[in-house]
Amino acid sequence: MTGDRREPAGVGLSALTKDYPGGVRAVDGLDLDVPDGAFFALLGPSGCGKTTLLRTIAGLESATSGTVRIGDRDVTRLPPGLRDVGMVFQDYALFPHMTVADNIAYPLRIKKVGKGDRRAAAAAVASSLGLSDLLERRPAELSGGQQQRVALARAMAARPKVFLLDEPLSNLDARLRLEARTFLKKLQHELGVTTLFVTHDQAEALAMADRIAVMEAGRIRQVGTPAEVFRRPANLFVASFIGSTPMNLVDARVTGGLVEAAGARLRPPVHVDDGEQVVYGVRPEYLDFSPTPVDEAFHGRVVVVENLGTSSLVTLETGDGVLVHVVVPEDAEPEPGGEGWAAPRPGRALLYREGDLMQNDVTAAA
Amino acid sequence: MRTALRRIAATTFVSLVLAFFALPMLWLASAPFNADPKINVSLPSFTLENFRVLMDDPYALRSLRNSVILAAGTALVVVVFAALAAYALSRVRLPGRDVLLYLLLLLSSIITGTAAMVPIFLLATQLHLVDSHLGVVLVLSGGLLPTAIFLLKDFTDATPASYEEAARVFGASPLQTLRHVVVPVIRPGLAMVGIWTVAQVWGDFLMPFLLLRDPDKAPASVIMYTFYTEGGQPDLALISTFSLLYSVPVVAMYLLVSRRYGFRFHGGIKR
Repeated sequence: MTGDRREPAGVGLSALTKDYPGGVRAVDGLDLDVPDGAFFALLGPSGCGKTTLLRTIAGLESATSGTVRIGDRDVTRLPPGLRDVGMVFQDYALFPHMTVADNIAYPLRIKKVGKGDRRAAAAAVASSLGLSDLLERRPAELSGGQQQRVALARAMAARPKVFLLDEPLSNLDARLRLEARTFLKKLQHELGVTTLFVTHDQAEALAMADRIAVMEAGRIRQVGTPAEVFRRPANLFVASFIGSTPMNLVDARVTGGLVEAAGARLRPPVHVDDGEQVVYGVRPEYLDFSPTPVDEAFHGRVVVVENLGTSSLVTLETGDGVLVHVVVPEDAEPEPGGEGWAAPRPGRALLYREGDLMQNDVTAAA
Repeated sequence: MRTALRRIAATTFVSLVLAFFALPMLWLASAPFNADPKINVSLPSFTLENFRVLMDDPYALRSLRNSVILAAGTALVVVVFAALAAYALSRVRLPGRDVLLYLLLLLSSIITGTAAMVPIFLLATQLHLVDSHLGVVLVLSGGLLPTAIFLLKDFTDATPASYEEAARVFGASPLQTLRHVVVPVIRPGLAMVGIWTVAQVWGDFLMPFLLLRDPDKAPASVIMYTFYTEGGQPDLALISTFSLLYSVPVVAMYLLVSRRYGFRFHGGIKR
């Protein structure tokens, strides 16, 4: 949209640690490489340190140890204003006493750009975000979606190397959020500026980002594309965190070359030795429901049927009391109380040993 | 029928109460224009003679100017220092911060001017601040600051830290952040504290009476007590005229600020 060439500006973190006074370690020896131009999500439950990480990259928090690199500059000890980042805050933090135009032009005012030039620049950015009619309004007179776009415009005004967005969608209502998701993704694609955003909503991360870092307790548990993170969660934490309907994770034991989980005897997706204690994981979407007996399937009684719109989430209670969730397409829903079988689709099941995904090239063919 | 009677009774009662409280105001509005005012409200035989006599009084106008100096000086000191202190107290996590604040507030309301009169006078003498406006300004500021800090801290607490962080991310220095963001956002609070300070100082008698020996430097509240006749009786004509002049600036200030801020003196700026 801006058209001009930028120098490449990825973000690199190495051994980054942030301790708060009182002994809380919010970010714990973290290494991360965000490639230039990526739309990168920092995803995790609340309190996992994702916002602290973003603020440390912005310079609002100082790193206890480790380094932050933006482009080829080490910015670890630089104040926020010299890091060349644009930030959108969770509450947008628009200055309430300034008009939209003054808000957008504020970064340029600090850079001592003349009044006429900065009004022109603000008007240009505003028109690219469809804010031209609102320039003389105050933030209090704008809707949530408009405020968000003003905050984006302000972050864009000084043409920073990196955008940092803190929970950009959490202040919008559900319908607007979907719209803003599409808008943000399109905008990021057009601008091509490296963008990091923080979210606790896995659906948001999957939908918007090119790459996702899943965080827990100040550490990164997995980095990958949305498809990788969704299909092959690297550990039980990511497996249980990603996905709108949680993954079935069933304690299992290997006997006679087969995995015995909740009464079912299933073919293992990777090579495992007899007697091993593992966790068998399969997403409800990757299970096929059958009202008649099938081989290599979980078997149980239908206890709950939840309507998801175009499909239903069926909960089976197996003989030993384990609950298995299956997504069933519309018009095929069973009645609660009946019997059901749920067979994993080939190549979609995962095995976890001691919390980590078991990798094996042999399974690629399965 | 009964409800109508009840309403008539209630309205009559309220009118009587209002009239009772309105009488002094009426007296203040009518007495200065009366050639021979008494302690009652009557339609004056209109005269401006009282104002002429007052203009001839060597101390009257000068005392009003002194009041303005004291009030403005104290308001300036209180607003600046209370803003800095309130801002720091609401942004910096300090162990025992709230206790400290409540203690200051408590002490400032327990140890009133009367109780601290003698030590303050001795201190002022030692510091050569007797008979100077600066001395009065400092002493009054000290007494008003705890409450002012307490009032302003509510405003700074209600201002999200993300405003300042946004300014920082865009490269603003601390001073720019203060000037561009913090002060404009808490301006209604600053105005409130400023006005409150002016009103407090304007009506204060004890400290200027104690610390200013020279009648040339005395403010209006002190000079008011000198309007007696030779017989030792209060000179009602002069007192009422002076009282009217004395109250006009405060009323004007309230009207001005009310127009500017609509008396929305609570909860900071709506976001």
